[in-house]
Parts: sequence; structure tokens; C-alpha cells
Amino acid sequence: MGTITIDGRKVEFTDEKNVLSIIRKAGIDIPTLCYHSALSTFGACRLCTVEDDRGRTFASCSEEPRDGMVIYTNTGKLRKYRKMIIELLLAAHCRDCTTCVENGNCKLQTLAHRYGVTEVRFDNYREELPLDLSSPSIIRDPNKCILCGNCVRVCSELQGVGVLGFAHRGTDAMVMTAFDREIGTTECVNCGQCRVYCPTGAISIKNDKEAVWDVLADPNVRVVAQVAPAVRVAVGDAFGLTKGKSVMGKIVAALHKMGFDEVYDTTFSADLTIMEESAEFLERVQNGGKLPLLTSCCPAWVKFVGDQFPDFKDNVSTCRSPQGMMSGVVKEYFRDPENAKGKKTIMVSFMPCTAKKMEAKRPNSYTEGEMDTDFVLTTTELVEMIRTTGINFTDLESESSDIPFGLGSGGGVIFGVTGGVTEAVIRRLVPGHDAATLDSIAECGVRQEGFIREFTIPYNGMDVKICVISGLANARTVMEQVRSGEKEYHLIEVMACRNGCVMGGGQPCVSDEKIKNSRTEGLYRADNISVVKKCNENPTIISLYDGFLKGKEHKLLHNEEFCAK
Amino acid sequence: MLDQSYYRKTDEIIEHYGRKAGSLIPIMQDIQAEYRYLPGELLTYVAKEIGITEAKAYSVATFYENFSFEAKGKYVIKVCDGTACHVRKSMPVLEALWKELGLSKKKHTTDDMMFTVETVSCLGACGLAPTMMVNEDVHPSMTPEKALALIEELRGKG
Repeated sequence: MGTITIDGRKVEFTDEKNVLSIIRKAGIDIPTLCYHSALSTFGACRLCTVEDDRGRTFASCSEEPRDGMVIYTNTGKLRKYRKMIIELLLAAHCRDCTTCVENGNCKLQTLAHRYGVTEVRFDNYREELPLDLSSPSIIRDPNKCILCGNCVRVCSELQGVGVLGFAHRGTDAMVMTAFDREIGTTECVNCGQCRVYCPTGAISIKNDKEAVWDVLADPNVRVVAQVAPAVRVAVGDAFGLTKGKSVMGKIVAALHKMGFDEVYDTTFSADLTIMEESAEFLERVQNGGKLPLLTSCCPAWVKFVGDQFPDFKDNVSTCRSPQGMMSGVVKEYFRDPENAKGKKTIMVSFMPCTAKKMEAKRPNSYTEGEMDTDFVLTTTELVEMIRTTGINFTDLESESSDIPFGLGSGGGVIFGVTGGVTEAVIRRLVPGHDAATLDSIAECGVRQEGFIREFTIPYNGMDVKICVISGLANARTVMEQVRSGEKEYHLIEVMACRNGCVMGGGQPCVSDEKIKNSRTEGLYRADNISVVKKCNENPTIISLYDGFLKGKEHKLLHNEEFCAK
Repeated sequence: MLDQSYYRKTDEIIEHYGRKAGSLIPIMQDIQAEYRYLPGELLTYVAKEIGITEAKAYSVATFYENFSFEAKGKYVIKVCDGTACHVRKSMPVLEALWKELGLSKKKHTTDDMMFTVETVSCLGACGLAPTMMVNEDVHPSMTPEKALALIEELRGKG
């Protein structure tokens, strides 16, 4: 508690951890490259340096606020320092800005512009290093790394994986994996959160747009799209529409214009997932199967289990993810010559997720030797494709997704937020679909604040103990407690990215509280306005089980074997 | 693939210092003292045993010049290139050794695993500059000729 004077103006503070957050609260956007409120303070970039009334300078991110402090954020000395820091960073940085994937989104580029760095007086003596292209999702370009360490801290602090670290020292220092192994061979789960926090183009996501353009141009191919729940509340951001508003109708229209023959909605297959997963859950509870049941929708989490908790692999649900179920069903549907009409079918899935690129390549993502999902594109790639076409997205008239796999329930829509899968399972298990029932489910604890949500619901005379987790570091904490016997649950839902898929590694950047809230609310709103709330009341699901799916449930909707990557 | 005996020895060292993150450096030092280098497989093993990530262990091991992932030769020659030794011409000594043994800035150890040549920043014997160490022995006031004679002598010993 106290007051500090910032640039001559008194500002009150309460429990802020550092001077930086008070400066930002006062409406001054002090520059940083290595600071992020979700991560530990690192103090490497020194851009947030401020000056006090005695001319002493210090990094505001690592300074605890004291009552009566007097600081200045924009003195001649500071402007000179900041410009010099940026110039020095640029000196050892690949400067092919115009052809860089991050062009326009790069924080370093933005700051260089903001501080008027128009020339770099120093030569780059760093040897040019090869890119690491070994991962199905992540590309690492060491030539663009500024050693802010954000990726290192995200990977260990938020995700509990920790495959990246600093190696060597001084001017030789670099971010790399242990023994500089290719990242594709490590325990990297492909969540892409490192890319969300990377201020430059040093970490980017594999791009599969060209291949999709090619199939779109082929008249002998039926190109089918599926769009995941979280995508619809993130695309609008990029086109200046209200943050978090669902723009599914516009996305469908844009995809049709691009030449996609069918556009389906992954909420439909999320409904299938709930049908299967809740049945599996009941079966395990009634027949003494392995518990807790661990959800299998999130491929980064599945890989994490395989690498870190292999003793729990039989606890992972055998259900394919919604992406896998949709692709399996669609491919099977068009395998019938009557539906195929002589065309080959290519499945393109639009996901908020970078790990889905890996999931699509997993050996158990094939049916009858054929890859179920041919291409996985992230939300960011979808935005880029729309921009390439020149379609005026904001003015597009909404279109509805195609039949027969275009209709999903509200329970399917909320898959995109943490707790959504569990809430949909509870809706499936609890009878009744009136507003009071749905409200009481929403209030059972599944939507509470926090990254670890524990709660119990009564079902058929037993207390079902549930844990909903987002962020793999939190998952590690809970799984260690489960392993030691300290905690017991019947069901554990894990989404690798904090807050769930709405904040996935494939979403348009910036990890920010407001964006998170707007996307989460956007999906809950989409659920509220959906006609069908429960998967088992979705008419297309019912007719599918009675007809086309009969006898094929296991083949199309389940994994024969656990497979991490 | 390392022999099982390496892991048994490492287990002993880990037991000695305790299974905690803070034991990393002393454990690495003891392993290096035992084998004259730090085998990468053992670093991975130690990281797992003391509960830190492999990347973190690698980070610490590469930070310190003293740890080496490469097997070293029978004779480890440390040529001092601190200020005092440098001005008293330690570089010609180093270059003579490199030339004689076919080594360079990038290649530190001879193929027959007899000699490793590296530079150090100060041996703390500036009065004896230029100084050189062969394993635990200090050799004062070196010249290229004396260095080459020493190599001959060591080769004779085998």
C-alpha cells in the first residue's frame, strides 16, 4: 500500500508485485520484451528501465514498489538507453523483416519503430544457424532469438515440460534443447505456447496453407473443412470485429467462397466424443475399469501422459479427439461410392491448436491405412488464407455449415474452454434439459475460477469426484498427487493450454486476460443461443447412431491402442 | 551406450550428495573427476534422478567452461592464457602444441586419446608465466621448445 510519483503524477498502489505493473496501471505502456505477468520475472531485456529522482536507473519489472518513490519513465537518458538496447538486439538479429513470418506481429520490430531505430551501426558477427524443422508443429529459428527466455519459462513454469533451456554463456549463449537435439525428438508436446510468448519470429508454427490451396484447385477432389469451437471466437479479432464474438457464419461463408465443398462443424463430433466418453466412463465405473478416466481430446496432454506418466496410459480414454472422430466419420461416409461420386475426399481441419498437426500424423489417426485428417491449419493460418483471398470478411453474410455433419449441441461448443468437456459429460449423464438443470450444472464447480478445479457431483447414489485442469504444469502437480495416492478422482479433464483451447498456441497471438475472458464468454454465449444443449438430443447424432454408424463405432470413434505421438 | 558400471558409480555419487537440485554441480564435478569428462548419458541420468529437467542440467553444464562432454586424453594440458602469461608469450606455446599434435581451437583431443590441449584464463601462478599444467603438474616458464620436449617425454612414457 502506498503512493508513488510517476512522471510528476501521484499513483496509488496496493499489492502490485513490481513498479512496472503500477506504471502500466497508470496508463503508460512501458516497453518490455522479457516480462510477462504469467511468468516469473527475468529482468533480461532492460527496456523497462526507469529513473528515480536521484538519477539512479533500474529495471522496473524487478523493483518492488515502496511508498514515496519518485520515478520518471521518459527522460532523455532513458530514451537513449532504450534505443541503444534495441539497436544492440537488432545487431545480433536476422533482419529479413519483410519476409519474416512475424512481420507485422513482431514485438521487436514494433519497438524498433516506436523508438525510432532507423539504422544499426554494428555488424552481425553471429554465425548463421540452420532452422530446426524437425517438429510437426514448431519451427525454431535461432537467428531470430533475442534470449528473452520467455519460451524457456513458459515451457517449464506454465507447461511443466521444460524442454528448452539456455546453453553456454556470454556471447555464445543460446536457447536450445538439451544437447541441442532436434525439438521433434524431445518431450516437447507441441502445444505452441512458446510461440505465443515469443516476441520475435524465433519460434513459429509450421504452415500448411500452400498444400491446401493446391487441393482446393483440383476439380477431382472434394475438399471438406471442419472448424473447431475455439476458432469461431478468435477470427473476428483479426478483422477488427468485436473481440470474442462468434463469427462461425462468416467463417463458413469464407470457406465456401475459397472453394471448400463441404464445411462441417467440429462441435458435431464433440457431441460424438461425449456420447462415447460418457459411455466409457460409466462402463469403467460400473465394471471396475481403470480410474480416474483421463480425457483424450487434447493431443499435447496425451503426449505429456506418454512421456511423463506412462504408468497412466491405460487411464486415458480410448476415444479419439473430436478432430479424429469427425475426420474418421467423414472419410468413411465418402468411402461409399454413392456419396463419393467419383471424387477423392481431402479433410482439412481448422484448429486453435498446434499439437493437432502432430495428432493428425499419429499412427492411430489412420483408418483402413488412410490418413483421417489430411491437413491441420491453425486459426492464424485461416486468418491468413482469408486475407490472401481478399474477401471482405467483415461484410460477409453468415452461412450455416453443411449437412449432415454441421450441427452440434451447446455442449459441443463449450469444448473450447477449460471444463467444457466435463460440463458436456455431466449434461449427458444428468437427466433433464430445462434451464434450472443446466444452470445447476454450470454452478456445480466446473466453471469456477482457477486452473485446477476440484468438485464432486452426486450421480446414481455415488459421489463422482472430478478434477478439471488447464496448463500442463498444473496437470503435473495433480497427476503426481494421484500417483502418490494423495488424491483420488473418477474423472480428470486436462487441456494443455491454460484456460483451454480458446488460448491455444494456434490462436492469433497475445496472451491477455481481456482476450481470454472475451473468448470464453463468446463460447458460453454460443452455447446459450444453441437450440440443442445436450449431445444425446442432437437429431443428427441420433440418426447417425441408428444408421450409418451402426457397428462402426469402435472403428471410427476409438483408438485401438494408446499412442502419444 | 555406457557400461552399467558408470551408472553404479553415478548412483554412489548421487547418494553421497543427496537427491536434490542443489547437488547438481558437485555431482557433475565428481563424475568428471572420475572419468575426466562428463558423459552426456550420465548428465541425463543425473537430471532425472535429482528431479530437474535435462535442459536445465545441460544449461548448467555448458555454462561452466570446466565441464566437458568430450572424453579427454590421458594427458590434459592446460595452457594458461591469462594476462601475465599472454604478455609473456603463451600463444606461441599453444600454437606449437596444436601444430605438433594436429589440434585446433575446435579439436581439443588427439585421435589416439593421448593428449587434450585447452586454454585456461589463469592458473594463479603468474610469477611463473607463461605457465602450463599437465594433469596435476605445473610447468613454469614455458617456451615452444620446452613444450615440444615435454610432449616427447610424455610420448616416451606412453
